[in-house]
This record gives sequence, C-alpha cells and structure tokens, in this order.
Amino acid sequence: MPSILRRPWIWAWLAATATFAVTVALGSGRGAAGLAYAALSFGAFAAIVGVGQMLVISLGPGNVDLSIPATMTLSATLALKAMDGVPGTELLGLGVALLVGLGTGAANFALILLLRLPPIIATLAASLIYQSLAIWSNRGLRVKPPEALAEFATGRTLDIPNVALVGLLLSLAVWVALERGVWGRWLLAAGQNPRAARLAGVPVERVRATAYLTVSVFAAVAGFLLASFSGGAALNMGAEYLLMSIAVVIIGGTSIAGGFSNVPGIWGAAFFMFLVVSMLNTYGAGAGARSVLTGVIIIGIVIAASTKRNHA
Amino acid sequence: MLEREAPKNPPLVTLTDVAKHFGAVAALKDVNLAIRAGECVGLVGHNGAGKSTLVSIINGSLRASEGRVEFPLSAADDALAAGVRSVFQELSLCPNLSLAENLRIAHTGMRGWGWRRRAGTEISQSLDALFPSHGIAAGALIETLSIAQRQMVEVAIRFAPLGGKPQLVILDEPTSSLDAGIANQLLDAVRRFCARGGAVIFISHMLGEIFRVADRILVMKDGRIVADEPADHFTRQGLVDFMGHVAAEPETLQTESRRELGEIVISQGGLQARRGEIVGLSGLAGHGQAEALATLYLDATSAWRNPGNPPMVFVAGDRKRDGILPLWSILNNMSLSLLSATARWGLVDQVSERRIGDEWKRRIGIRTESLSNPILSLSGGNQQKALFARALVSRAPIVVMDDPMRGVDVGTKQDVYALIRAEAAKGRTFLWYSTETEEVCQCDRVYVYRDGAISAALSGDELTEARILEASFEMQESSA
Repeated sequence: MPSILRRPWIWAWLAATATFAVTVALGSGRGAAGLAYAALSFGAFAAIVGVGQMLVISLGPGNVDLSIPATMTLSATLALKAMDGVPGTELLGLGVALLVGLGTGAANFALILLLRLPPIIATLAASLIYQSLAIWSNRGLRVKPPEALAEFATGRTLDIPNVALVGLLLSLAVWVALERGVWGRWLLAAGQNPRAARLAGVPVERVRATAYLTVSVFAAVAGFLLASFSGGAALNMGAEYLLMSIAVVIIGGTSIAGGFSNVPGIWGAAFFMFLVVSMLNTYGAGAGARSVLTGVIIIGIVIAASTKRNHA
Repeated sequence: MLEREAPKNPPLVTLTDVAKHFGAVAALKDVNLAIRAGECVGLVGHNGAGKSTLVSIINGSLRASEGRVEFPLSAADDALAAGVRSVFQELSLCPNLSLAENLRIAHTGMRGWGWRRRAGTEISQSLDALFPSHGIAAGALIETLSIAQRQMVEVAIRFAPLGGKPQLVILDEPTSSLDAGIANQLLDAVRRFCARGGAVIFISHMLGEIFRVADRILVMKDGRIVADEPADHFTRQGLVDFMGHVAAEPETLQTESRRELGEIVISQGGLQARRGEIVGLSGLAGHGQAEALATLYLDATSAWRNPGNPPMVFVAGDRKRDGILPLWSILNNMSLSLLSATARWGLVDQVSERRIGDEWKRRIGIRTESLSNPILSLSGGNQQKALFARALVSRAPIVVMDDPMRGVDVGTKQDVYALIRAEAAKGRTFLWYSTETEEVCQCDRVYVYRDGAISAALSGDELTEARILEASFEMQESSA
C-alpha cells in the first residue's frame, strides 16, 4: 500500500472528495464553488467542536464530553443576552462565552475528579444543568446579535468564510500543541497508559484538566459563532453537535482507544458530514431517509477505515 | 552429539534449516535442532539474539520464513497437538478473570455445567504440584495478585493437563520476578517433569539457574545457534564467552573505592538514603517493596505541577503496566521525562531530543537500526534499556528502580551496573528493589522487607545473601 493510504486522515478526505464530486455532478444548483463555500462555513462549526472532542477522546477509553451541546447553547444564550444587540459589545459577548466555556469545563472536570464519576455520566448529568440554566435565562427571548458581529460571522475574508478562518486558527493551535508541544506529548502519553505516564513524571491530572477545559471553551466559541451566524440563540441549537463531534473524531482517524489523535482528519470528516447531507438533499430525500442514510454511511466509513488501519 | 538413554526414540520436535526474516532483518538463520523427550534444554544469549523468535517458531506462533518444523514423535501437524506449551516473558493472563477462567481459555475442551469447579480443581492441583504452600485461591481475580503470583499462575496453567499431557514446555524467563525460594521450587519441578519424560526449553539470563536445571545448553548469538553441548561441557565463564560478551566475572560495586556519601536525602517510613548512596530493597517478592517505592515516588512528584527538573525518576520493572507507551517510537519513549526540562515556549526541543537519544542509544546499547522504530519492535530486554535511558537522561538526583533487571541479559546487566556506579559517584542516589539477591548484595545498604514492613537494615559486612534470607523469613517464624 502506498504510504499516503496509510495516513489516518486520508479516508475522511477521500470520502469528502467523493461526496463532493457526486453532489456537484448531480447539480446541486449552486455549483462547485458555492458548495465548497457552504461546506467550509458549516463544516467549521463541526470542526471546532470536533477538535475539542478529539483532545478528550485521546485521553483514553471512557473519556468523552457529552455536554458540548448544552455548553454551546448556554454560551450563546448568555453572550447574546449580555450584548443585547447593542453595537460595540462584541468583545464583551466573546468574553462571556469564554467564561461560560471555562466554567462548564471546570465543573465537568471537578465532577470527574472529585466525585470520581465516569466522564460519560458526569458530562451528561452536568449538561442537564447547563441546559436548564440556558432555558431559565433565555425565557423565550430571541435576542439578535449586534449587527457587526452578525456580519463578521456570515462574512468572508479572501473568499474564505470568517468562521472557517477562526476554526482553522484554533485547529492550527491544537495541531502545534499536539505535534510540537510538550503538552501534546503528555496528553498522548496519558492516553496510552496513564499509570506509566504518571510514573514517567507526566502531570496527568493537569493534562486531563486542560483537555476538559479546552473542549468546553471550544464548544462555547462554536456556540457563540453559531448564534451570531444564524441570527440568534435557540435552545436546541447544539443538539446535532453531540453525535457530530464524536463522529468527526472517529471518521477523522483518531484512535477511540486513546493516545493517538489527528487534526487534519477532523476537517475532512467535518466536510464529509456536511456534504453527505447536501448530497441527500439534492436527491430530494426526506428528513427521515436522510437521517437513516447518514447513520448508515457513518457506520460504513468507520468500519472501512478501521479495518484498513488494522491491516496496515 | 551425546549418546542418550533412548536415542532411537524420534525427537519431539525437529527444526531443519530454519530461518526467519522480519522485513530486511534476519532474526534467525540456519537453525538445526532436535529435542527429545526427557531433555531439559537451557537456552541462553543476549537480548535480541533470537531466543524468543526461536521458541515462537517452535510453538507455532510465528511461521518460519525458510526450513521445516516437524513433530516426529507425535506425528502431529502443529505444536498444540504435539503438546508444546509456552510460558512467555510478557504474561498472557487476562487480569479481569479468575485463575480458573484463565485456565479455561487455554483448555478449549473444558465445557458444560460446572466447568468453573473442574477448572478450579485442575489449576489448584497444578499449583500445588509446582509451588507447595502457594496460598493462591482458584477463584481469585488475576488483577488482585502480585506479579510474582501471576507468574506462578502462568507457569501452573502451562503445566496443567489441559485435556492432554504437556510434552514440551517452553519457559521464557520464568523466574525473573520470583524470589529465590519460589524459583527453587520451580527449578525442582522442572527437574521432576523432565525425569518423568517431559521436555523443557528453559530460557534464563541467570546462568546459575541454567546450570542447575539444564542437561544440554544452546547458546544463541545474532540469530544463530553458536553452541549446542551437554551442560557439563561448559563453565560459567565459557558460556559468557560464547554469548560474545567480554565482561569478566561480575565485579561488585563494593570493589570500587568507597564513595563519599552525602547528607540524608530520603527519610520515609524507616527508609533512609544519603546522597550518592545505592540503597537496595530486598526480601521475598510481594512483601511491600514495590508499594514502598511507588508511594515514595508518587509523594515526591505531582500530578499537577509542571515537573521541570523532577526531584525523582522511576524505572519500571513491570514494563507493560508501568513503563512502555506502546504506540510510540523508541525515541519518544526515551525522552518523555526530559521534555519539560529542555522545552522552549512549551515546545519540544526536537534537536536536543534526537541528540540525547542517540547518545544514550550508544551508552546503553539499544539494539535497533533507528530510534524512530516503534518501541514494540524491540525485544523485552531492549525495551527495558529504553526505560532505563528514560530515567537516566533526566537530571533527577534520586532514581527509584522497581526490579528493573527483569529479562535483561548478563552483559547488559554489567553495563547497567557500571552506569549506576558512575552516576552514584556523581552524587545521584539510587533506590533499587530487586528480586535477585546477588544484585542487592552490590548495594551500599539493604533494607529487607517482610509483610509490608522493614525487618532489617544491613550494610557493610552484614550484607550477605545468608543474612538477607534470614531477615526475609525471621519475622514469620517469630510471629507464628
């Protein structure tokens, strides 16, 4: 097998390219450029939460953050409420979103560390609280984001959507931290064998804490951008990102067993997930058929990628 | 060849012109070998000489690249049907299952109602026969056992009937984590097994053991069998020469001029160590030495602080559980404890990582073409060297070693002893737990553990094998 096919990210990118080609060939109505632009815009949100989720999943079996949707909703709701549509409050809004992310991340990790809850239970239980806080503070209001912020979120620079640029910047930071940073080595060591890592002097709890904080902050940023992008926060806005964040990590070639992560694959997988839905829309598939087919395709590609990798 | 009592019997297993390649690397070349019933064959050689590959080909877990492997006596097609059993260096037990359940995995014929009870009886009988007064219950989960007990269970499973009589048992470093008493029981059991007509291949780096059990010795070097003679044709020194190491009689640390010891740097739970001192922990395996070291290390380091230049480093003996990061290269495994001390702006200094890695590859003699190879491509002993390098590259003043010489060959041991001596002379303190009494006798001072507590502190002239053994058992008798 040529060495390029052994790259863990290749399957996600091949799948995304194939889906892109099929969709364009069927004639989506907006042409290749339009489709690529849409994929970049919508894929960016999945990529941001996916990169965060990847860090946590790399910590090894049982580590996952299921509070991503609730964190997105809470951060968007509180940030928009703080800005109240007033021009010039954009940085205040971002600050609120980041604080929400740090808060939920710290709360998640505190539950995991102090109460020794399995991360799945801890983050799922905590997410009910975050979601309730969002409902309580929202009270059915639909606040619009300040105009400048909405323009930024829907705008483009050098023909690339601004949200994609933010996503790329965050991904690049994570990529450097993982590939070149001491912190990345520590994270991957802890993911392979936490006991061995601790005995080699790795500050394992510090690494775990930063990973759980990062995923929450990334989710908060994604929620803030999504609300600005779509003209307001909604209570169910994060819902689809629960499965999405995990699917892009797995399709992207990160090991579910921990200790191995892959940033480029996340983007390939995020594009793929968006393009599958577009392709099915082009076919005129109904919502039900679309969900079923998306599920089948995800399962298929996970099986294909994992068997290839096992034989490699 | 030596005339045997029943030379007309066809051999249990024959290897004809066997070779094994892993890619471009030839792990085994031109191997011709026949093993007959009743023989106890000792197999010695360096780490990476091809011992593990040879036995893997005999037991069928690897297929020979060239040549034939046959089982003339049983005329069986495969090793399993011919009654070949193996006890590996890396234990193969499932930690979340009981002894009886682990036996069931090997014993495929055991089925139907009440198999747990029958399996329990079988494993208990086997354990009783091998290790009288072992004190391990058949229903106990493997993860609750100490590593010595696990090794005893592993050996016992392979010697159990498992539906058919074992004909040839391969023991790869079976005594490496057993203390002297239990190891002796095992060696006696091996002799009894051979006397009853079973054959054994016994791999060990402890030459004393080889001479005790083996009636024939194979020496391997660079993938070839370089000597194959009855045991009484060899002397200890001759064997070491055949293996190709120039190391002479093991020199002890005490032959060195006495080092100046500094101030007390550790004082915890009765354990004291001075700057530049080599302190041994001894006693029977599983009597609290490993726990004492782990507690000491975990208390001195933090799971939260950035280590920077850590106060203490740890060399794991249980490689799989405490040391190896299996997905990584050799280099990344070696450099892990050094990263935060050499980092700039939180980024890994890859140039110095590579330079220090190459330097230590030379100093400690890791046998590999490139440090970029995966850590699991190394033989067990070489993996252990990489873990040694991980600890010694850091500037930590205290080095804690949890039985680190398991599966390490004689030549390497001498190299590491010399290294430890040199580092101690520079002012490093070593805390060294070992199951080999010979090894701890080389320390400046030895604490003997019994039932989780220190039963004696020996130094100078009192530091003898006899005194250590005495202290290991003393308290038991007085309390009984």
